[in-house]
Amino acid sequence: MAEFTLPKNSQITTGKVWPKPAGAKKLTEFRIYRWNPDDGRNPRIDTYYVDREDCGPMVLDGLIYIKNKIDPTLTFRRSCREGVCGSCAMNIGGTNTLACTKGMDEVLVKGVVNVYPLPHMPVVKDLVPDLTRFYAQHASIEPWLQTDTAAPEKEWRQSKEDREQLDGLYECILCACCSTSCPSYWWNGDRYLGPAALLQATRWLKDSRDERTGARLDNLEDPFRLYRCHTIMNCAQACPKSLNPAKAIAEVKKMMVERHI
Amino acid sequence: MADTATNEAAAPSKLGAAYPIEDHTYDVLVVGAGGAGLRAVVGCSEAGLRTACITKVFPTRSHTVAAQGGVAASLGNMGDDRWEWHMYDTVKGSDWLGDQDAIEYLVRNAPAAVYELEHWGVPFSRTEDGKIYQRPFGGMTTHFGKGTAQRTCAAADRTGHAMLHTLYGAALKHKAEFFVEYFAIDLIMDEEGKCRGVVALKLDDGTIHRFRAHLTVLATGGYGRAYFSATSAHTCTGDGGGMVLRAGLPLQDMEFVQFHPTGIYGSGCLITEGARGEGGYLTNSEGERFMERYAPSAKDLASRDVVSRSITMEIREGRGVGKNKDHAFLHLDHLDPAILHERLPGISESARIFAGVDVTREPIPILPTVHYNMGGIPTNYFGEVLDKRKGDPDTVVPGLMAIGEAACVSVHGANRLGSNSLIDLVVFGRAAGLRAAELVKPGEKHSPLPENSAELALSRLDAARYAKGSTPTAELRLKMQKVMQNNCAVFRTGEVLEEGKTLIHEVFDHASDIGVSDRGLIWNSDLMETLEFENLIGQAVVTMESAANRKESRGAHAREDYPDRDDANWMKHTLAYFDSKTGAVRLDDRPVHTYTLTNDIQYIEPRKRVY
Repeated sequence: MAEFTLPKNSQITTGKVWPKPAGAKKLTEFRIYRWNPDDGRNPRIDTYYVDREDCGPMVLDGLIYIKNKIDPTLTFRRSCREGVCGSCAMNIGGTNTLACTKGMDEVLVKGVVNVYPLPHMPVVKDLVPDLTRFYAQHASIEPWLQTDTAAPEKEWRQSKEDREQLDGLYECILCACCSTSCPSYWWNGDRYLGPAALLQATRWLKDSRDERTGARLDNLEDPFRLYRCHTIMNCAQACPKSLNPAKAIAEVKKMMVERHI
Repeated sequence: MADTATNEAAAPSKLGAAYPIEDHTYDVLVVGAGGAGLRAVVGCSEAGLRTACITKVFPTRSHTVAAQGGVAASLGNMGDDRWEWHMYDTVKGSDWLGDQDAIEYLVRNAPAAVYELEHWGVPFSRTEDGKIYQRPFGGMTTHFGKGTAQRTCAAADRTGHAMLHTLYGAALKHKAEFFVEYFAIDLIMDEEGKCRGVVALKLDDGTIHRFRAHLTVLATGGYGRAYFSATSAHTCTGDGGGMVLRAGLPLQDMEFVQFHPTGIYGSGCLITEGARGEGGYLTNSEGERFMERYAPSAKDLASRDVVSRSITMEIREGRGVGKNKDHAFLHLDHLDPAILHERLPGISESARIFAGVDVTREPIPILPTVHYNMGGIPTNYFGEVLDKRKGDPDTVVPGLMAIGEAACVSVHGANRLGSNSLIDLVVFGRAAGLRAAELVKPGEKHSPLPENSAELALSRLDAARYAKGSTPTAELRLKMQKVMQNNCAVFRTGEVLEEGKTLIHEVFDHASDIGVSDRGLIWNSDLMETLEFENLIGQAVVTMESAANRKESRGAHAREDYPDRDDANWMKHTLAYFDSKTGAVRLDDRPVHTYTLTNDIQYIEPRKRVY
């Protein structure tokens, strides 16, 4: 077996243990990945204690408690705090998920909440990954309705059954939990589109109003862009919206076969 | 470019050395990438204008994504409907503070705007015959208040998400240029009072970017986070409103803050009004459907201000539910689980996660929660920003537009109807694009920027970055939020508002002692939250002062000491100017437009507002 070790400058060191909040009766311990590109030091794991009686139940509540009351330099993205914007995706307790909809008590490992950035993406700072390539892949599937027929005066008609085909696809929030949990994407993220972009591609392939199915399939018919999915299924495990990108990808593969017979 | 080089030299010497500036020149600059911003970006791009969109969050993270129930337009898919009825409802909902020319523009352009969204791909729910599904919503009626309208076009209960993602796709299709995770610090205003662009901070490397444009469109959303409990996202900090106040321009009708009747008790997460549209109802501790007493005709589908006040009254009179009798219940458990699954899947999930409730079996604990700002940057229905100068209340501020929740057109007046916000975004986002195409020729030459163009922004940035005071930003922000929540809530009195003025000014004065811990420039969210706090506190102060000033009850502004609407003295928009150095507020007013856009409809005369 080949041995893999992290390059020297990315080996994680032990960080600071921050003082416990005074007078707190019920504490939860957080161990959080920290990396600041400004200080030239290696990444480290800082330890914090959250006062549960002064804090909401979610992991995001804990992170905000830490930022507000203990260490304002802790850096992470957040916005809607209700699981629809996809900002606070991170690796919590070993799985990719949204900090805002995951309860602290659901993710304890030996009593500790472990928080890392989404894996295998360049880190900008602390829990903030660089998602530029992920967004470019989403754009590459051309996520808009394409028709050749002139648009009607009112709406395109779509039956309830045809509209139902989009359920389980259109709800994606582009949080990147799935793509960054996929080993195939870790290895070939530059050429494999990954589960999120392919789920979005399926959403447009399945839309009865869209008239560019052939061109969309052509765009995906490639050993890397589509066929690096090896049905590992981590994507379906990780998705915080309970969607199933692996199933969507399987359906695209089926469409590829069907159009050749 | 030659004139770019001139601008480099124009950077202030001291700060310019510390912060090298990168210059960008565009025909149009849109700040914000929510529904309104993206619609404007598409329109300007279509018109052949070179358009940049700067946004502090990736477009699909904008708060439009959280809108649930739907977007109002009189398509008539579920029965007879007419734009005149939609107009009447909107005027009545606004408690006659809305400008009726703008309201006519909104409702007449609404159907085309919805069809356009559908053509771009929004996955609307469907009727049996394949048309866009429309649901009932609060305050939406037929025949001028007589029947219940089904006017709110829905994509399950994820309409905002569906619209935002589709609009982002439409912007990609037009190859719009996005500057993602750029935080706008301040406007660039020249000596003639024209807006020339924006100075922004690029978060991922801390560099400063100066955007010069013939037109700057602010689509920066509301400032819900000035309050402690809000359905608004953490990023709803009203950055456009803050910039406008610092530029010496007024904000309008800031006392009108909408409380959504059904925020989840505790977390404040939104449960759509569509839940009541689909048949949900509210109960108190006695199990009574109390809305029947307050609004005998519309009941649970009365307008939001009415329902929020009713819930608050029930709690005050001891009929609240729960251990502390401090909230109410929303029942969906009588509805067919198949309907819940098809039409309300998102809120079923939210109720489970944030309240531990299975909606098919138990009621959801809810409480009125800050949701929307009717007030904002005053504009006409083209989206152009207005100021009152030399007695003219409709003076256009050249080079500056505002749309969406950031703006006050004013179509929502004293109270917005549910699902009129999403339609506002796309109708006025589109209007701004059309106006931009009239005002700007593609590639038109730019005159040089004023010498001190970046000074306001850079001195603010520098002061915040090195702030060495003893009060962390989060502590001060919490104080502000508590004051707003306690002193400027659903019911108001002169006494409580006067106390609120003192307290909110104390918070403002305390800002001189703010302390920032993170000294870096790369993704410094401590710094960004401090700049956001400065935007919030200005708007909090003018909200409190405007509320104390308005001595009547109208829409969302309910004064217990002045329980009636007073059209003789208060049928006017409040204008608030703010001195960002001293915190002093100067109040003025503008007349409400008591005329319509065309002769197709007459001005709707004020009458008593009963649901």
